[in-house]
Amino acid sequence: MSLSLSALAAGLALLALTAYTVLAGADFGGGVWDFFARGQRANAQRRAISEAMGPVWESNHVWLIFLLVILFTAFPIAFSALSEAFFIPFHLLLLGIILRGAAFVFRAHGSEEAGPQRVWARAFGSASVITPVLLGMCLGAISAGEIRVSDGIVRVNYFTAWLTPLSWACGALALALFAYLAAVYLTLETEGDLREDFRKRTLISGGVVVALSVLLIPVLVWQAPRLAENLLSLRALPVLALGVVFALLSLWAVLTRRFAVARVTAIAEVAMLLWGWALAQWPYLIYPDLTIDASAAPDATLGFLLATAPFGALLLIPSLWLLFAVFKGHNPEAAGSKSKA
Amino acid sequence: MENLIAARLQMAISLGFHMVFAALGIGMPLLMVVAEGLGLRTKKAVYLDLAHKWAKATGILFAIGAVSGTALSFELGLLWPPFMKLAGPLIGPAFALEGYAFFIEAIFLGLYLYGWKRLKPTAHWLCGIPVAVSGAMSGVLVMSANSWMQNPTGFNLVNGQATDIDPVKALINPSWGVLAVHLTLASYMATAFMVAGVYAWGLLKGRRDTYHKVGLAIAMVLGTITAIAQPISGDFAARLVAQTQPVKLAAMESQFKTEKGAPLRIGGIPDINNETVPFSIEIPYGLSFLATHDPNAEIQGLDAVPRSDWPVVGLVHISFQVMVGSGLIIILFALLYWFIRWRKREHGKWILRALVLSGVLGVAALEAGWIVTEVGRQPWIIYNVMRTADAVTPAPGVWYTFAGFIGLYVILAVTLVWMLLRLATGRPTVDEDPATATGGRKEADDVAVA
Ligand code: HDD
Ligand code: HEM
Ligand code: HEM
Repeated sequence: MSLSLSALAAGLALLALTAYTVLAGADFGGGVWDFFARGQRANAQRRAISEAMGPVWESNHVWLIFLLVILFTAFPIAFSALSEAFFIPFHLLLLGIILRGAAFVFRAHGSEEAGPQRVWARAFGSASVITPVLLGMCLGAISAGEIRVSDGIVRVNYFTAWLTPLSWACGALALALFAYLAAVYLTLETEGDLREDFRKRTLISGGVVVALSVLLIPVLVWQAPRLAENLLSLRALPVLALGVVFALLSLWAVLTRRFAVARVTAIAEVAMLLWGWALAQWPYLIYPDLTIDASAAPDATLGFLLATAPFGALLLIPSLWLLFAVFKGHNPEAAGSKSKA
Repeated sequence: MENLIAARLQMAISLGFHMVFAALGIGMPLLMVVAEGLGLRTKKAVYLDLAHKWAKATGILFAIGAVSGTALSFELGLLWPPFMKLAGPLIGPAFALEGYAFFIEAIFLGLYLYGWKRLKPTAHWLCGIPVAVSGAMSGVLVMSANSWMQNPTGFNLVNGQATDIDPVKALINPSWGVLAVHLTLASYMATAFMVAGVYAWGLLKGRRDTYHKVGLAIAMVLGTITAIAQPISGDFAARLVAQTQPVKLAAMESQFKTEKGAPLRIGGIPDINNETVPFSIEIPYGLSFLATHDPNAEIQGLDAVPRSDWPVVGLVHISFQVMVGSGLIIILFALLYWFIRWRKREHGKWILRALVLSGVLGVAALEAGWIVTEVGRQPWIIYNVMRTADAVTPAPGVWYTFAGFIGLYVILAVTLVWMLLRLATGRPTVDEDPATATGGRKEADDVAVA
């Protein structure tokens, strides 16, 4: 059972979720720091964020679409139940995603801005703050048993299911994590004073992540006892513990200015958190009525999805490598321009 | 019932909005690659200037296409959960393959837009090719999902559940090929005439420089080829509809009664109560001939199904006339343009005005064609399998989300037009253009700074 097609498809979905979180999450985090840009270097900070995001944010965003597609292809029952139950938060999420994306190309910086672009500049920051919170909230709500499904009928309180204390806590944690990821990446893409700015922001958001994680434990025990129990069981605990180790390592690396190490460990930290959650959530997609297996599509469809995935990967991996090598690798020209900015 | 109307409207607005950007996302990369290729070959600055300008516009348009497409992916579930429960495993594979196309498109567009300086000229040009190819592939693949809704295959329906699912059969459904060709041609055509319209407008405003003339000419080459091919492909589409969706055909042509040797009705405003089409021009045997290539063939009329199963006949009929009419007018204008070029080599005011109009007509045809396809499918969401009324979400407040989406899209459209107008004013000047700007803060080639 443990290696059924549905489990593999769920694994693929988890992979997409992880990629979305560590890549697009940082783009949202960049928007958060745009929102909080302060001081005399505020515009330089904004410019650095924008340069870092520019070439990659759209392909990072595709991970979300890919995740959605896997959900409705492989888990149509869960997808339609989720879409129904989260009618309100998904619409709000969409609003955030649309405004953020549009604002990124509509706005301009500092002296170059004109008329409506000033409004869009503000929309970019605000949408980047709100969207991660909503993402976290939805993830919280599917773990806590707020959505019930029987005989294909969804029973849910459309207004409160995603507004529980657990959802709020997950939303806050998602926001802090995204901001942390962005700040860590930005320390690598900037130099001099700007780098110090982002290093400071890394330490602040890293501290917030730790505090929120600690706070989350009692909320979990109170609101999602089954998830809490599983998180602390042998199934998920080793992965979570590894996540904590990576978290501390990455904070240490920032403190000691080993920014490349910080990037790797921050990514690992987030991945471990997600995987720990997934292991604890197993075998449910939507706790407590829809398991992965019971909400899965017929094997023919799962087979198609899984059989085409390696070919997709064959296309994707070299392309992504090229993208990141060109824009995120060491580029002397870029370094020069950054100190000027 | 309440939800149904609102949900249909929300879906229609979202799709109609996305379609414009989708078409541009298919067409613009091709134009961009052609212009840069010509620039690299001939070493003429004007081609590279055009490539730069088109790349900047594509950057903005693609972002709006991506977010509006994301909205659609969510909306399939948000508005139509029962539909997705049934259709997900069948149309999902097309969307999964489309996902890879999106990745390739977004990745290489990132390289293309931001890589003018980081990549060698040839490498940069090569990065444009996957953008153009995967743009066209996304359109073709999403068409598979839609053509499956028109002509569902690859499963058996048992008590409202799909069994014996064969995703490959669903993906390669028999309507796909014909419609994918028609859609791809339409996308190139609509883009080409929008671009031609912009440069014709510039020329009208007195900017009679090579930059505008060359921009117009490149767009017109693509536009003319696709415009001439489109009626041929449309003929295949019409015969396909006649075979697979006779009720839709009857609505398109306002054919109320089943008859042999049915006439073609051009124009007119269908009156469904009296079952007549006032103000239309009738061509005897025309419909039978066009739909089957046999002038005496019997054409099934709307009378074959109860009135509750009719789509909105007036809208479908008029939209069909708009699509075909626009297509034919565009061909006329395009031929006129080449004729004038061949004879005098100078664009007069009238032909330029006609080309501006073609830009509008291209989009009108694109949208009208979709109204024919989608409204003509009603009352079915999956033809003869699931009714739209049974597919709508029970969640509260669809009217609110619908109103919200309208507001949002109006704001986006207004800002976008404002941005593009700013971008389109004249050829790039030296300090505006990242390729020729020397050093300084412009190094990002950043569309956001444009
Ligand atoms: C630039 C746009 C454009 C132009 C000039 C035309 N079309 Fe079209 N048509 C489309 C753009 C389009 C479209 C928007 O792309 C549709 C909607 C779905 C599809 O596959 O293509 C479409 C659908 C569509 C359908 C319905 C297919 C279905 O519902 O399954 C038919 C029968 C035709 N077309 C026929 C024609 C004919 C006979 C044309 C002759 C000039 C023509 N079209 C020109
Ligand atoms: C982008 C081009 C498209 C346009 C402009 C378009 C237009 C429309 C319109 C006008 C409606 C409302 C019909 C009515 O309620 O009377 C509709 C409905 C719908 N379309 Fe499309 N459509 C497009 C492509 C697609 C594609 C590719 C899909 C494939 C998944 C699709 C799926 C749907 C669904 C699920 C509905 C709602 C159910 C229904 O009303 O039947 N559409 N579309
Ligand atoms: C037949 C109608 C459609 C065509 C031709 C089409 C084509 C395209 C193209 C070419 C793009 C590339 C982005 C751009 O250039 O702006 C795009 C983006 C997108 N489309 Fe559509 N699309 C259609 C309908 C739909 C529908 C019905 C959905 C969802 C159910 C959808 C989902 C998306 C998504 C998620 C994106 C964003 C991809 C990204 O981020 O790169 N599209 N579409």
